Amino acid sequence: MRHEKGLDRLFTILVYFILILAAAMAIFPLFYVLSVSFSTEIEYLTRGFFVIPKQFTLEGYMYLLGHPGFTSAFRNAVILSAVGTALNIVLTSLMAYGLSKRWLRFRSSLNFMVFFTLLFSGGMIPTYLVVRSLHLLDSFWAIWLSTAIAPFNVIVMRSFFQSMPSELEESAKIDGSGEWRLFLSIIVPLSKPVIATFTLFYLVTNWNTYFTAILYLNDADLMPLQVFLRQMLVEDDPTISNASNVMYKYTPAAKMAAIILTALPLLVIFPILQKHFNKGVMLGSVKG
Amino acid sequence: MNAYWKRAFPIYFMILPGFLFFIIFKYIPMIGISIAFIDYSPFKGITGSEWVGLHYFRRLFAEGDFLVLLKNTLLLNLLDVVFFFPAPILVALLLNEVRAKRFKTAVQTILYAPNFISWVVIVGITILLFATGSGGINQILDNWGLGPLELMTDPQYFRWVWLLQNIWQGAGWGAIIFLAALSTIDPTLYEASTMDGANRWRQVWHITLPGLRNVIVIMFILRFGHIMDLGFEHIFLLQNPMNQDVSKVFETFIYKTGLIQGDYSYSTAVGLFKSVVGLVMVWFVNRLAKRMGQEGVF
Repeated sequence: MRHEKGLDRLFTILVYFILILAAAMAIFPLFYVLSVSFSTEIEYLTRGFFVIPKQFTLEGYMYLLGHPGFTSAFRNAVILSAVGTALNIVLTSLMAYGLSKRWLRFRSSLNFMVFFTLLFSGGMIPTYLVVRSLHLLDSFWAIWLSTAIAPFNVIVMRSFFQSMPSELEESAKIDGSGEWRLFLSIIVPLSKPVIATFTLFYLVTNWNTYFTAILYLNDADLMPLQVFLRQMLVEDDPTISNASNVMYKYTPAAKMAAIILTALPLLVIFPILQKHFNKGVMLGSVKG
Repeated sequence: MNAYWKRAFPIYFMILPGFLFFIIFKYIPMIGISIAFIDYSPFKGITGSEWVGLHYFRRLFAEGDFLVLLKNTLLLNLLDVVFFFPAPILVALLLNEVRAKRFKTAVQTILYAPNFISWVVIVGITILLFATGSGGINQILDNWGLGPLELMTDPQYFRWVWLLQNIWQGAGWGAIIFLAALSTIDPTLYEASTMDGANRWRQVWHITLPGLRNVIVIMFILRFGHIMDLGFEHIFLLQNPMNQDVSKVFETFIYKTGLIQGDYSYSTAVGLFKSVVGLVMVWFVNRLAKRMGQEGVF
């Protein structure tokens, strides 16, 4: 018995040790960026690696907030994410709810239509050509419409709606209230956690999108935050960029501050919704 | 109007916007794949362009880059399946063994956080940390006389940087699905095995892992459905003129030939090849799973 206790103790120590190490590695890069964003350029170049800046300054942030390119990119990202996410969640939940009705004719064909797109797609170029032929290029609508629904989310949400008690539908029928009434005043309030979770998922995709933006938007005035940040970090870097004699346009603090301001909105929102992630939503997604 | 349609009409109306989305942005592009078989020019349109049959597919297989693209795609996938796939399972198993609730929630929050960080930011931080001369980590290495580590520009590091960034971003978040499956394991199994004198190592092996088997198989099948999709954005952001030989994959090739060079037909043919291989893979792995007595995805 004593021998086994020793093994169990070793087990516990190992578990905690690995998890603390993993958490440290997850936090470290962000923490370092945060430190440098408050430091002076001289300290960054002379001291090299540090975690707490000796000289605390907000210069990086002040510079960014006065930079018209940054403020415009930030505003674009907010507009893209706000409208995009609203459209995503409305279209996804309406479609998922509709498809959860077992008595609906053509239901299985419609479900298959959604599922099949997970297995096979037209690909980047044909989709681009459709967006172009609709004259959506260089407008936010190109992004809003072409990414309006993530098929996987429809499937997961549908199985959630299906798992709701059918008495809800029966009672609404007896009341004589219509499907819209049932959906808006009973189903939606009961599904708040699920709707919140998917709103967050869509928000993350919209806020972080880079490629869709460079694919469909050429106009510099429409550039969202991720595209601006990319230019700031890469084209300014002589080791990566092609140009032979690049002058640094931005201070390290400004670059780090831009990273922080890009990452912060989502990092602040997600812990508030975290309790919902662990619930049944995700498991439903496996069983599809 | 009969009773069914009266009841169903509002429901179809709810589905309609989504239906239109799928038709316009998912199914019309599938029809658009037909430009892979014609010499498509935007001025002549699909009907006016000349039929060339399998010309572009022959061109792909004869392409000097074809084997490089295939090799890079398969190698990155192999690394991903071997090293990234088990990472979230390991995280879930570890979290599952933690009894201190507060500690568990705190670690979970920290490990989930990277999932919310964009590839632009992740690649950007890596560039800044390893910038030659001024990067934080390279300054330390310089001080120790170890010289700079050309992490972003030396091609030999490309695959590992890609893999480690994937793990950093996704290992914690990916654990959610396995944690959800773990919560359905009957706790009396653990109690009974403790009575029988099993230690915790044995419990993980004989109770926890078998409890995860179904979910692992399903996630594995879904992973193979993406065997040709490597997460375009991430690779695209890591690409630079110095690492082309190891970083070009089908998706970056499609982007370059299609959108930069405007060769729509050829790049669509490459895309179709990629999609078909992906479809065959997921079908094959699904069948394999069923034959081995597991539940498939479809």
